Amino acid sequence: MSDNGSVAAATWEQVELARHPDRPYALDYIHAIFGDFFELHGDRVFGDDHAIIGGPAALDKQTVMVIAQQKGRTTAERAMRNFGMANPEGYRKALRLIRQAERFQFPIVAFVDTSGAFPGAGAEERGIAWAIADNLVALAQARVPIVTLVIGEGGSGGALGIGVGDRLLMMEHSIYSVAMPEACASILWRDIARKVEAADALKLTAADLKRLGLADEIVPEPPGGAHNDYGVATDAAGAALRRHLGTLEAIAIDRLVEERYQRYRKIGA
Amino acid sequence: MFRPKTRYVALPSPRAGVGEEVDRLTCPKCDTSLEPARLTAALGVCYRCGYHFRLRAPERVAMLVEPGSFREEDQAIVAKDVLGFKDSQPYTKRIEQSRAATGANEAVIWGEALLAGHRLVIVCLDFAFMGGSMGAATGEKITNGIERALQSRLPLLIISASGGARMQEGMLSLMQLAKTSAALGRLNAAGVPYLSLLTDPTMGGVTASFASLGDVIIAEPGAMIGFAGARVIQQATYETLPEGFQTAEFLWQHGMVDLVVPRPELPAVLRQLLDLYARNGVAGDFALQRQTETPAPASVTPR
Repeated sequence: MSDNGSVAAATWEQVELARHPDRPYALDYIHAIFGDFFELHGDRVFGDDHAIIGGPAALDKQTVMVIAQQKGRTTAERAMRNFGMANPEGYRKALRLIRQAERFQFPIVAFVDTSGAFPGAGAEERGIAWAIADNLVALAQARVPIVTLVIGEGGSGGALGIGVGDRLLMMEHSIYSVAMPEACASILWRDIARKVEAADALKLTAADLKRLGLADEIVPEPPGGAHNDYGVATDAAGAALRRHLGTLEAIAIDRLVEERYQRYRKIGA
Repeated sequence: MFRPKTRYVALPSPRAGVGEEVDRLTCPKCDTSLEPARLTAALGVCYRCGYHFRLRAPERVAMLVEPGSFREEDQAIVAKDVLGFKDSQPYTKRIEQSRAATGANEAVIWGEALLAGHRLVIVCLDFAFMGGSMGAATGEKITNGIERALQSRLPLLIISASGGARMQEGMLSLMQLAKTSAALGRLNAAGVPYLSLLTDPTMGGVTASFASLGDVIIAEPGAMIGFAGARVIQQATYETLPEGFQTAEFLWQHGMVDLVVPRPELPAVLRQLLDLYARNGVAGDFALQRQTETPAPASVTPR
């Protein structure tokens, strides 16, 4: 019991690090890694969702399309970003950017950091599930290289909605889960207090995903976590992104899209 | 035969429904005691108020396709406990119990069948098996069904009934959203029609992947369809949810489904759709040629 208990406690520590309020958020990575970033706004249907941001950005000598989930730092910004939980407009803005990336042949770099898509009545009315599903198809078929980096929380379908790609990288203390531990505990144990056990059972750490063959690389963080030294974390992330983009760009696009299909096709086959 | 989600009344014995005939059951909507034979004859629709009882996958398929035409595939594909998952009991035990209780191997069946003279691929989820949840084996069977439709250029019908991704398989479950959607993207690009039928309930990751990707989406009356559950939404937002929130009719009003079709009318509606969408032959030369000669540029891909 004490063994299981200590393993679960270690897993929970990872969950708390992934959610650490001082952790670098998407814009911290974006400003550190890219020479220039021009944020585009709006889904051209209903509104602009500040929980998902994106636009063209300069990476060395080329332009890439950045799509990212953004959490807020201050109380006001947290409210504005809706705690990083996107509405359908966020996913539809992302779809707009995916289409644009294809048109201009910009590789896509996605930063995942959300506890999940927003559970709200309006989100349901405006088809949150429809918006996410459309993005899964669009990303699976996009004829440009796509690298996804989980920087904090990867929460369920809300994360996957911008998270399908050729490579999945995870920051050392990030997590990615089919459901957040609290939701899982409340569904399976009918007791939210069992979240620590749930977190352990879900196998949601970067190391777990690497072991499961789902994550390609774990990007190292400074001792104690990325919040201790933004520069070290963003440098490591930038280096990993450049390296993987370089590899992917050398692959003929038909083959790349086929390999991306097979990448998902073989999971659970 | 029917497993009402709520109350049985006047049960002949405490074990009624497990191998024994339940002679009366109550409509959860209008509280009427129903005669099983009459309910069966009414296709599991309450003959008093129109409430649609949930159906098991084999019943559902039998109700729609020409008798004896369904050939089930992939019966041997079953769930694996890759994570060694354990909540109040081990996942392996839950699978065993679900198998014993339902007589099904997994939460989905699929195969080719004939419907109104059209050969098609039919994929049907079974809510009775672990809430129709999508694990790796479930996603694999669904994807195999989609790929058969693509390879054989047969129209595809997927009937959804699911609580979402299966938690006990963690991220392997979540990735089935991507896998099934990617396969449907190919089907869509190849011009093979996909009809999606949403039944009670269709929620979570299933709605956020294959269920909402139909060229035509049909829902059964009263079916609960959505992404986040009403309880989760209320806990997160303290919102007062509107009357009929997340019902099929609500989704139709918001433009998310094409049609709400009462169960007895489904065969006729599906026949009409198959006649229209497969009229020029799904395997028509034009479509085939276009697919082999010019791989569809992604900029004009689906949706």
